[in-house]
Amino acid sequence: METLGHLGHGFSVAFSPMNLLWCLVGTTLGTAIGVLPGLGPALTIALLLPITYQVAPEASFILFAGIYYGAMYGGSTTSILLNTPGESATIVTALEGNRMARSGRGGAALATSAIGSFVAGTIGTMGVAFLAPVVVKFALAFGPAEYFSLMVLAFITVSAVLGSSSVRGLTSLFIGFVIGMIGVDLQTGQPRFTFGTNELLDGVDVIIAAVGLFAVGETLYMASRRYAGKDEIVPLKGSLYMTAAEWGRSWKPWLRGAFIGFPIGAMPAGGAEIPTFLSYAIEKKLSKHKEEFGTVGAIEGVAGPEAANNASAAGVLVPMLTLGLPTSATAAIMLSAFQSYGINPGPLLLTTQADLVWGLIASLFIANVILVILNLPLIGLWVRLLKIPAPQLYAGILVFATVGTYGISQSPIDLVILYLLGAAGFLMRRFDFPTAPVIIGMILGPLAETQFRRAMTISNGDWSVFYTHKLSLTLLTLAFIGLAGPHIWAFIEHRRRRGPEHVPGDA
Amino acid sequence: MSSSDQQPAPPRLAMPELLIGIGLLACAGAVAWQTLAIPVSPLYSKVGPTVFPYITMTGMIVLSMLLILAAVRGGWQPQEEKETPTDWKAMGIVVAGLVANLVLIQPLGFTAASVIMFVLVCYGFGSKHTLRDALTGLILALAAYFGFARALGVNIGAGFIENQLNTVIDAIIATLRG
Repeated sequence: METLGHLGHGFSVAFSPMNLLWCLVGTTLGTAIGVLPGLGPALTIALLLPITYQVAPEASFILFAGIYYGAMYGGSTTSILLNTPGESATIVTALEGNRMARSGRGGAALATSAIGSFVAGTIGTMGVAFLAPVVVKFALAFGPAEYFSLMVLAFITVSAVLGSSSVRGLTSLFIGFVIGMIGVDLQTGQPRFTFGTNELLDGVDVIIAAVGLFAVGETLYMASRRYAGKDEIVPLKGSLYMTAAEWGRSWKPWLRGAFIGFPIGAMPAGGAEIPTFLSYAIEKKLSKHKEEFGTVGAIEGVAGPEAANNASAAGVLVPMLTLGLPTSATAAIMLSAFQSYGINPGPLLLTTQADLVWGLIASLFIANVILVILNLPLIGLWVRLLKIPAPQLYAGILVFATVGTYGISQSPIDLVILYLLGAAGFLMRRFDFPTAPVIIGMILGPLAETQFRRAMTISNGDWSVFYTHKLSLTLLTLAFIGLAGPHIWAFIEHRRRRGPEHVPGDA
Repeated sequence: MSSSDQQPAPPRLAMPELLIGIGLLACAGAVAWQTLAIPVSPLYSKVGPTVFPYITMTGMIVLSMLLILAAVRGGWQPQEEKETPTDWKAMGIVVAGLVANLVLIQPLGFTAASVIMFVLVCYGFGSKHTLRDALTGLILALAAYFGFARALGVNIGAGFIENQLNTVIDAIIATLRG
């Protein structure tokens, strides 16, 4: 087993005292921002991107990965006790988890979600370690045309297939493309979309885009919604030690969740919504305590989705590390961290940056152990974080947003761009446009353009490369099915039923 | 966005959504204008720097048409979202805080501008303890400045507060090294 050897080497990297410290800092910070509503891993990693100028790549990626995993653990605490899902991935956890907390079993809900996260996170990380080398073998055969088609597929899945509307998802993606194209075209040196200004020649920094959309936009939205509903923290009741019956009801959902979550996360589609909902549906169907679902809260409905969520978060790392293909906003920002080091994630990464990749994977195992300790015995600490009042929390987020933005080049122009993107983020939040495709489009768009132009240069300007190569054609066909399939299906259903109910604006 | 349409029955034409669609169309127009402004060298005539912008522009036009169509059909917002009133006063105060930060960060420095923004944003969100907020904001801004900015090596514009403290800190470090 070659992988085990690599992994052993990875642990020797991850167990260095400094890297352990980075892992501890990352997981603690990640749990904190996961607990706090309004802050997510994408925003936090974006704000910490300047660290890439200061420390070795191993250290910053161990930190970022700790934040990424930690936010998943912390997010479930908020979902269970506050019923305000910190992230879309924990919506399902809130369904049953919050009901359990209300009926005095909050302790068991937190325990099953933390231990389930640990089990699934460990299985998922093992999946990354064993699957990544396999994907690399395939990916080595990819030419520019195949890469381009793969990116098209990823664009369609992250924006059109997931989420409530393909039109709005694609709109977000295209806005991301435009932001990504601002600046000097790397192949010809021509300035694009700069409106004749010098400030835009360097392009829009991903920090500004992420902070504007996620921090400023979110704050404006929350301000506009002040009276919409006050959240109430359910006091933590019930023992954190699960009873034998609770263990018995949890372990199968954990495993099922992990095996649903990881493959879906590892596909070039990503997203935690589908696996968590799928796991919820399966657990509801298989449970012997169906009457608890939607009433007092069923432990299976927390254990399964929470495991699926963490396993799919691990799965997302597979296309990111082996293909350079980010399928979530957080992964896209991690990709820009690679770019900041001059490293191109792709099939060669595992061999050229073996220390980095295997050190990172090993540190994920360590992060899982740290996180289960941080999130169970120390849960009281995180519950207190939930008590930070909203005014000071959002004001504080804006202070850090200023640090991250103004620190780039001390230019008030950057703050103007930040606020404009914040206004856009507010409108998107208000009118139900997903924001993650903006970040993915902005980072992945220019890479897709590069592959496209490379493919066209090789083929001497012949467009047929994209559909004469068998693999490329398959990927494009899948993308087309992803885009058109649901609409064709809906049309057929509509014709068959001929129902009078017309859903307005089902765009 | 407009609060003028307050009829009880859902209107056929959803005005806010229509404006969003038209706004996106305007963005596509701006993309077209900027793409035409890209000088294309004949050397790169095969796949030059304008091909992707044109693809993006086409996509945006199609999407804005679909959004406008959806708006004409009654929009896509759920009833619950439509009925929640927008708190313009709170938003206005938060925006004022952001603008104050933008205007003051160069003359006053990061910390002072941040404290003013912090107080305004808290007030916008309904906090009544202005003095306590100012103190919290000061502590947070200083923590952000010294903990975050200095640790990450990010250079944030220093104002009088930071300069005073930097002098003190440098003096302490100098004495310690003594």
